[in-house]
Amino acid sequence: MAIAETQVYMPPAPRPKLRLLEDERWLALVLLVPTLVLLGMFIAYPFVRGILLSVTNSRVGVPGEFVGLANFYKIFNDGIFRTSVYNTFLYTGVTTVFKLALGLWLAMLLNRNFRGKAFTRAFILLPFIIPTVLSTFAWKWMFDPTFSVLNWLLYHFGLITGRINWLGDPDLAMISIIIVNIWRGVPFYAISLLAGLQTISPELGEAAAIDGARPWQRFWYITWPLLLPVTMVVVLFSVIQTFADFQIVYVMTGGGPANATHLFATYAYQIGIGTGLLSEGAAISLAMFPVLFLVVIIQLLYIRRVEVR
Amino acid sequence: MIEGARWRKWAFFYLPMALFLLFLLFPFYWMVITSVRPDGELYRPWNSINYNPFWTWKPTWDHVRYLFEETLFASWLWNTTFIALASTAISLVCGVFAGYALSRLNFPFAGSLGTGIFITYLVPQTLLFIPLAEIIRNYRLGDTPWSLILTYPTFLIPFCTWLMMGYFKAVPKELEECARIDGASRWQAMLYIVIPVAIPGILSAGIFAFTLSWNEFIYALVFLSSPEQKTVPVGVTSELIRGDVFFWGPLMAGALLGSIPVAIAYSFFVEHYVAGLTGSVKG
Repeated sequence: MAIAETQVYMPPAPRPKLRLLEDERWLALVLLVPTLVLLGMFIAYPFVRGILLSVTNSRVGVPGEFVGLANFYKIFNDGIFRTSVYNTFLYTGVTTVFKLALGLWLAMLLNRNFRGKAFTRAFILLPFIIPTVLSTFAWKWMFDPTFSVLNWLLYHFGLITGRINWLGDPDLAMISIIIVNIWRGVPFYAISLLAGLQTISPELGEAAAIDGARPWQRFWYITWPLLLPVTMVVVLFSVIQTFADFQIVYVMTGGGPANATHLFATYAYQIGIGTGLLSEGAAISLAMFPVLFLVVIIQLLYIRRVEVR
Repeated sequence: MIEGARWRKWAFFYLPMALFLLFLLFPFYWMVITSVRPDGELYRPWNSINYNPFWTWKPTWDHVRYLFEETLFASWLWNTTFIALASTAISLVCGVFAGYALSRLNFPFAGSLGTGIFITYLVPQTLLFIPLAEIIRNYRLGDTPWSLILTYPTFLIPFCTWLMMGYFKAVPKELEECARIDGASRWQAMLYIVIPVAIPGILSAGIFAFTLSWNEFIYALVFLSSPEQKTVPVGVTSELIRGDVFFWGPLMAGALLGSIPVAIAYSFFVEHYVAGLTGSVKG
């Protein structure tokens, strides 16, 4: 029916200008040009520029000259850089474990039928939708040492006696940042894993239940293995985003107190944009690359393996 | 539902669910209550006697008024909307075309190009912002909306392409062949037959791209400098904090009002958004 209707709009023969587009290869080229131009100009070219920048000593307004690997040598001997490397791995590791565990739990809760399910699911995604910087400000305000609602709550539950200076202590500041990241990431995990759960036939679980499998066994031997492909992709995506995170730390602590909570990205920003040492900042950013590259490779191999199967 | 006694249902379903909702939504409640709370109540230490964190009896519009009268918040809203819409439009056109080419046309290097675009999808903005800032300056795009309209597509196009490839693959080849037998050119078959069928996918990609560009922070922070050019996240961050002094009332009001447009857009297209989110992961 739809096809019969569309005939009306079609002229009998293609216009001569479009004849070239009848060749699949030309059409593909024309269709891909805008994408390739934009990605080339603003991804490939900056990447090359970044590498070139990192082997010079240029600053804002000063072109700089070739210095070899001096910048990398310098940052690897920089105590703050080492702290940020440690922080980034800690931050990524801890948040990923919590996001996966909580996200999976929430996904299993959402995978039931209950009243207001669609509504609940829509609300749960809010932390992921709302601009991170803006919601992180709400958290910063909740963590405020003097006006903190968290301190009030903990005090009234009898857990603390004095005030806790959440963002003023290096360890507590790190914990605070980790909490905010988990808060922001759980909805993404939950909704993506829920999509994965919905593809698993409930009959499998029922059959196992009839055979006497306990809920925990049903999860471990049926749900988890079937969910693994989705889980892998979600985790790899999230690891990349978390590893390269900037906004939460920038707003919550700005890398403080005393540069104790920097991640790669915030330290690169502080050095490259804050103090104007462009080449050193570029070097710090690029230091993320090997890890990101490794994760991408794992992801590509994994996706290929799943497709082949 | 969970089988067995009623208490089990409460313990294993309602209680955890309620705790999750509390954890995930409380910051938004905090945003709302702070933005209507008068300063006198706002700056009352948590251990003082009359500290009442969860409610206010004297709601005020002062913070919202401050936002619109004393800051450029209205311009930030407009900038963000314009930039998000323009970059989404560019990304959709590019993504639909590229997705069509990669999923339905045979040409040399199709596979490696697809992988290449997938890899750029995984490049985080924080990897390239410093050299990109230099490039933006060299192209004389610094401090203009174009610096963002042209760079946001770099993380939106790969996603749109990836998502559209999935939708296009699902359109049967016969549909297009029928049109071609009836005399349509390849271009027409794509424009009038395949793309209309994939409209749900375009909506998903569009709503997802819109929220992503509304969310973007580091490029906007680095590329824009004058207050009247800023987007909401950057404007709120840089103009409502003076040194160590945070204007918490206006700050929270700004955070709330800056979230509402994207929340509204999201609420209209929840299903499409979820499809986009899960599609982006599964590919």
